[in-house]
Amino acid sequence: MVVDWANFTPIESLLGGAMIGLSAALLMLLNGRIAGISGVLGGLLTADGWRDGWRVSFVAGLLAAPVLYVLMRPLPPIVVQASVPLLILGGLLVGFGTRAASGCTSGHGVCGISRGSVRSIAATLTFMVAGFVTVFAIRHLWGG
Amino acid sequence: MRNMSSFLAGLLFGLGLIVSGMASPAKVLGFLDLAGHWDPSLAFVMIGAIAFASIGFFASRRIEKPLLDETKHLPTKKKIDTQLIVGSAIFGVGWGIAGFCPGPVVVAVGAGKFGAAIFLAAMLAGMLAFNLFDTQRTIRGNADAR
Repeated sequence: MVVDWANFTPIESLLGGAMIGLSAALLMLLNGRIAGISGVLGGLLTADGWRDGWRVSFVAGLLAAPVLYVLMRPLPPIVVQASVPLLILGGLLVGFGTRAASGCTSGHGVCGISRGSVRSIAATLTFMVAGFVTVFAIRHLWGG
Repeated sequence: MRNMSSFLAGLLFGLGLIVSGMASPAKVLGFLDLAGHWDPSLAFVMIGAIAFASIGFFASRRIEKPLLDETKHLPTKKKIDTQLIVGSAIFGVGWGIAGFCPGPVVVAVGAGKFGAAIFLAAMLAGMLAFNLFDTQRTIRGNADAR
């Protein structure tokens, strides 16, 4: 293992992480809701999910974030390396998998672990390991 | 009020993803690539997020109900079952393929990234596919029970 010191951003990542954690804390204390993005988006795919406006408001906030950010300073680069077929395949798997598992990086990884949920710890370990193995396979076995 | 607080939470969440660098799939993949040039940043995002969210969830246990709603809407499932593990594994594979997970991809769409829009469309299709699969399974289950 070689650490990529050139791209490592400990301060920014801790700060951004703190903002994410604060957001999850506020959403629970104010709305009593879990800030799990796959759950929010999945809810919007059902008629019931629109009844309480919190889901669509939360997504609107996510979409507005980069717009607000560029008003203050230039947006850091968002680099998408995957080809279109891989974006489609990855999207399908992430959509299906997160609904089957009832959560993703935010719902299980941030909120679930913070609540001390054993289910979420198991889910997070599983998708982390699957992610490590997949990137290893793509970059080091096939990609070369 | 409830919609306003939710919008602000979404905004803060999205800004956090941008500040942390996680809105960029290349950075997420840099973390998942243990055998290459490894970028530990994502672990620091998790540490920061869990530190603050833990305080929030701890505090939420001491209150009867949230400030703007009548009840706390908490997950009810407790068991670690096959569906949780298989679903998480499928999610992890998709995450490793493109470097996007549900939060960052929405932010990247907001930033006008075409590739993110493609991923988001496919992701929503994958969610609908699961709903269909789940409904079919329930119908079959009910038929078997009869």
